[in-house]
Amino acid sequence: MSCKPMKKDESAALAQHRRTFFTQAAAGVSLMALAPGVRLVELAMANSEDSPPSNDKRWGLLVDTAKCESGCDECVSACNSEHGLSGHGRPETDAQWIRKVDLKDEQTGHELSIPILCQHCEDPPCVDVCPTGASFRRADGIVLVDKHICIGCRYCMMACPFQARSFIHEDLTGQKTHSPRGKGTVESCTLCVHRVDEDQQPACVEACRAAGHDALVFGDLEDAAGPLASLSSKTATRELRPDLKLNTGVRYTSF
Amino acid sequence: MPSSTPFWSVVAIATAFVVAGLASAHHMESAGHWVTGMNNRVVWGVPHVFAVFLIVSASGALNAASIASVFGRETYKPLSRLSALMAITLLVGGLTVLVLDLGRPDRLIVAMTHYNFRSIFAWNIFLYTGFIVLVVVYLWMMFEPRMNRFVGRVGTTAFAWRLMLTTGTGSIFAFLAAREAFDSAVLAPMFIAMSLSFGTALTLILSALIFSIRGDGLPTELMLNLRRLLAYFIIAVAFFVVVDHLTRLYGAEHYSVERFILLEGGIYSMLFWIGQILLGTILPAVMLMQRRCSTLVPTIVAASLVLVGAFCQLYVLIIGGQVFPIDIVPGFTETSGFFDGVTAEYHPSLAEFGLGMGGVGLALLTYLIGTRVLAFLPTAAFDSGPSS
Amino acid sequence: MINLDRNSIAGLIALFLTLLSSTGTAVADVVTPEVPMGRGAQCVEPIEIMRRDHFEFIKHQRDQTVYHGIRGTRHSLAGCIDCHASKGTDGEFLPINAEGQFCQTCHTYAAVKIDCFTCHATVPD
Repeated sequence: MSCKPMKKDESAALAQHRRTFFTQAAAGVSLMALAPGVRLVELAMANSEDSPPSNDKRWGLLVDTAKCESGCDECVSACNSEHGLSGHGRPETDAQWIRKVDLKDEQTGHELSIPILCQHCEDPPCVDVCPTGASFRRADGIVLVDKHICIGCRYCMMACPFQARSFIHEDLTGQKTHSPRGKGTVESCTLCVHRVDEDQQPACVEACRAAGHDALVFGDLEDAAGPLASLSSKTATRELRPDLKLNTGVRYTSF
Repeated sequence: MPSSTPFWSVVAIATAFVVAGLASAHHMESAGHWVTGMNNRVVWGVPHVFAVFLIVSASGALNAASIASVFGRETYKPLSRLSALMAITLLVGGLTVLVLDLGRPDRLIVAMTHYNFRSIFAWNIFLYTGFIVLVVVYLWMMFEPRMNRFVGRVGTTAFAWRLMLTTGTGSIFAFLAAREAFDSAVLAPMFIAMSLSFGTALTLILSALIFSIRGDGLPTELMLNLRRLLAYFIIAVAFFVVVDHLTRLYGAEHYSVERFILLEGGIYSMLFWIGQILLGTILPAVMLMQRRCSTLVPTIVAASLVLVGAFCQLYVLIIGGQVFPIDIVPGFTETSGFFDGVTAEYHPSLAEFGLGMGGVGLALLTYLIGTRVLAFLPTAAFDSGPSS
Repeated sequence: MINLDRNSIAGLIALFLTLLSSTGTAVADVVTPEVPMGRGAQCVEPIEIMRRDHFEFIKHQRDQTVYHGIRGTRHSLAGCIDCHASKGTDGEFLPINAEGQFCQTCHTYAAVKIDCFTCHATVPD
């Protein structure tokens, strides 16, 4: 009884592998006849979609607070429409994966505005406390909830230092295909993992750029030549709640 | 047989609570948690106050049995089996509340098949189920004359286990480094002291209830002993509360959370000073130490006050600890559409109280039924019981 | 891992039904549900296998997607819905878990509750 499902999984995986191989081989043969260059592109894309994330990458976000405008919430609305987060006019229980927070320096009065979202910590407290292991950190650093095994205990929400998580307080309908979410489970920013897996950028980043602010830079923290790491190396960045030493994947600059 | 009327009237009351609890749980689960006062800022509410109260009290309710079989005090023997029964029923009541409050109670099985051993919550699942199993074995040792010789050993194991259990429960909060009101190792020993105090108070009330239903009252010497114990335990809890607040008051880092709990927290400060300290600590401690009040009624009043204080303490701890805003960017004032930087609102709904009382009702009901199913009560109140 | 959940039971029921129908004459009076297939004429696996093991496939793909970001659609729930959703008279897709639709018809027949659509989209994108 104990090994049957595993066997099935393995055989399914093998079958999947074989099928992928044949499909790709077939695609390859037919494309080779057309143009070798095209075939290479095809295979590269197939690869990014079918290979698991590895830990040579760590996805992150850099927020340039100097460019982030108070009162602008393009990132929030982009997130809401990307993931189908429609409110019920109850801010205490409505889902919010990213929110705009206005800050005022208590000593100098200096004001700024920042987005706060899941910080995709290297040592996420939500993952530590989750009794079933539903909260997890993907190999490439994205912190997610496996809603299939979330029991809705909300201990992760107690543990999150950024109050970045939401509990779904009511029945939902009309969810997006790429963003399944439902009553009784906890959710938070996925860093638009469905887009990242397809080599696109998170919706908030695109919206910020489209609004002309360009305050959000998405990229691989480990890739020294990439936009995120190269920008971070030229300026002082900070993480929220640095006292907790969580080594967050979301970092802030210019404050 | 004693008269059945008082027994069945208490059973009826307990059943009414259970029905109310089930109705509340059904309402919360079918509509979703938005119908409760809980929200994304205050994620644990009144059900958790009840659940933690029952769970903490459960391990404390085992005191009488432990004192009899671990520390060899004969006076407590008439209560041994009864206190083990209380321990099980209180724990089951508390866990039921906890489970019925889950977002997906239908997935309870997942909590049994998927474990993250870095989570103290996962450990608690083992501590709770293990405790129930141990106490059942303990009862067997006490009931079965041939097994009586193992009572000491099993009792000691159960005693060690209940200390771990309350340490585990306190650690649920102690491990929350992100929240200023929790994040303190002193919560673990404080929870042990709380369990001793609340459990002893409940033992007094529940055993007085069952003995008076039977018509022969709690043995006086036993009552006097429990009184004295309860007074010590109240002082132990107060000690940890004082140490906890003094530590936090010392460093500037925690000034604001202390100002909130102790002075400016409105309902929370009031519950702390009037509920927890005055009604739950000072008054019962004084009453229990006064020789003039050493009869049953003032003792039960004092024990009830301890329980009032217990609820206030857990309410201030669990809910006060959440409504106090997390300082995400220290040195800056924060404002947002999601209540950053301000005290969160929490207005508990009737359903939450209903669910919590359902747990109390379930504990009471199973306790009462238990006493009729097996000989949990000594055959005569003054014999030493078969657990020697 | 013990895996005798609803879905294994559903599998067993489906297997039982398959066996019954394949043995022919003895069960001629059993009314099997009429399942609207949407535009799905040719499934990703043989139909007999899908009847029995569809949840194993979906579950396998689900873990691959959630934990490893593998978003191929061969065994994905989204793939099922893409193919098997039917359109109503108004030309709009009907939820696949609505009474009489692909998933629900069979699940009603087998008396197995579907938990997928508390969270997942019920119509193609």
